[in-house]
Amino acid sequence: MNIIVCIKQVPDTTDVKINPQTNTLERDGVRTIVNPFDLFAIEEALRLKAAHGGKVTIITMGPPQAKCALEEAIAMGADDARLISDRAFAGSDTLATSYILSKTVSSIGSYDLILCGKQAVDGDTAQVGPEMAVHLGIPQVMFVRRIASVDAKDLVVERMTEHGYDRVKAPFPCLISVVKDINTPRPPSFQGRMRAKRMEIPVLSPADIGCEEERIGLDGSPTWVERIFAPHARSGCTAAEGTTENIRDVAEKIEAKLEHIWE
Amino acid sequence: MGIRIIAEKCTGCGACVHACPVEAIRMVEGKAVIDYDLCILCGACVEVCPVDAIEFEQPSKNVAHAEAKGGVWVFCEAVGDKINDVSFELIGEGRKLADGRGVGLTGVLIGQNISGHAETLIQHGADCVRVIDNEGCRYFYDEVYARILADLIEREKPEIVLAGATLMGRAFFPRVAAKLRTGLTADCTALAIDNDGHLVQTRPAFGGNIMANILCPSRRPQMATVRPRVMRPMARDSARKGEIIREDLSADLLVSRVVVEESVEEEGGAGNVAIADIIVSGGGGLGRPENFKLIYELADVLEAAVGGTRTVVDRGWISYPHQVGQTGKTVCPKLYIAVGISGAIQHLVGMQTAETVLAINKDPNATIFRVADYGFVGDLFEIVPKLTEEFKKLKNG
Repeated sequence: MNIIVCIKQVPDTTDVKINPQTNTLERDGVRTIVNPFDLFAIEEALRLKAAHGGKVTIITMGPPQAKCALEEAIAMGADDARLISDRAFAGSDTLATSYILSKTVSSIGSYDLILCGKQAVDGDTAQVGPEMAVHLGIPQVMFVRRIASVDAKDLVVERMTEHGYDRVKAPFPCLISVVKDINTPRPPSFQGRMRAKRMEIPVLSPADIGCEEERIGLDGSPTWVERIFAPHARSGCTAAEGTTENIRDVAEKIEAKLEHIWE
Repeated sequence: MGIRIIAEKCTGCGACVHACPVEAIRMVEGKAVIDYDLCILCGACVEVCPVDAIEFEQPSKNVAHAEAKGGVWVFCEAVGDKINDVSFELIGEGRKLADGRGVGLTGVLIGQNISGHAETLIQHGADCVRVIDNEGCRYFYDEVYARILADLIEREKPEIVLAGATLMGRAFFPRVAAKLRTGLTADCTALAIDNDGHLVQTRPAFGGNIMANILCPSRRPQMATVRPRVMRPMARDSARKGEIIREDLSADLLVSRVVVEESVEEEGGAGNVAIADIIVSGGGGLGRPENFKLIYELADVLEAAVGGTRTVVDRGWISYPHQVGQTGKTVCPKLYIAVGISGAIQHLVGMQTAETVLAINKDPNATIFRVADYGFVGDLFEIVPKLTEEFKKLKNG
């Protein structure tokens, strides 16, 4: 089974702290990491490979330093990687990004399965996966929490729904996004790290993957950011002692504020 | 590249360095320098520069509004024959947008045995409801739903199309957008119409630490998924009249390569945190799994859903669908009660848009109090039962 995993390098939000004086974010020295959700996708790919054979290829689009994210995936046990990196890609929104990734997938050759994390923790869109599936003309199953069985031609998975889950059968090739519930990612191994260090990771440009120029970067992006601003900061509260009186007071205030909880 | 620092004008004040959300600007010998490998071309620096030393070319906002005559559309989500509340919230919001643009508001209802909801949607604000009531839409099929909606959009040319940022909306709306090659903005928390008539889509990014206004100026429709519980539905007006259109489907639209073998409902009692009005969440401070009983008792009185932090989910004290936070669900209830939760940033990004937050923690310096409206410091094993008792008294009047 040939599996392609799409990953993204993101800022590590565990490094992000709120400055108590200014109530703003301190971002100094924020590290970059592999998007946490993508680790579940990598792990699932490695498990599928162990059970069914084949090859796991990791792809990412980003600046040159996104190579570190690919090395991390190689160190976990992935076979191969591609870095999609070029100035011309900058400013791509999800539509352009999904197009670029789909062209990359096509340039790699035949595949059975594309695995993605549920969403990236910086953009939080969860849009690139389904948009890729459309560009590639393949079906998708999103928010998968378990791969129940795998046959030669299809696989059966459980996808999350608002009320539980659906058991879904999907044919190869298809695209699947996975949630945290699916597995526990393994740490990179020492041998893996050595391998990652030695590996030459190809860097792909728009020409390498045959992109139409007007479909990438700012030109290829229908959406653009008009303005960025700080969210309305909550002022916080001074915590009171948990006396019966205080508790009654707060319960009454909340009941009044919510305009009758029980109706 | 569309952005450039004009070195002659730059005074080295550093305002842009702080404004940049991705740390792509550094000071080199008293002048700002952009690292183009990191720059995401958001333009945040342009706005804060006091001396206009940053040149930024954005794509032109030219659009033929005339092409999109079909008004504002809302995809109204239904599972089986039940309609999702977010549909009414979006009809309420869609009404405002449609009035702002002077156009009609259409609801699109896809499912099986859902026709009965069409009139209710009109009573909540829709002018027209297009109904696709078909056995082939009994289960949610990404491909089928996307094909049907994209087909209707191409025919009727709405200018705005909205859906709830639910598991369903977030799965198939990107497919629709990609088919139409138009823009889609995920998980919006505010929508407005600007002076040029474009839809301004406000959404949190970087885990809610930054808000961004997104435009889709040159293509139609403008598409967005909207976070549940943020928008308010209009009151029902049973005198309101509108048009109900039953859409006939050609069979090829209903072909799905994916097959739903079974749809299973789970955990009825705990409620769904994503759509709950009130959530009571427990964290590591509970100490032991059986102490979740306190959370359930309080939730029971408040008729609330039960949530948990990543810590308690990872320890198996409560299952993953209950997890609130970055790797779980983002929630937006009217009331969020955080019990024994210190307030890691990953948890805060999942709940800080709650209307009212009450926190209970033994540590007076816990981060959770910074986002709380009410807080108690002390032993949760004493405070929570008292709180449950007080709410019970209020409930029984």
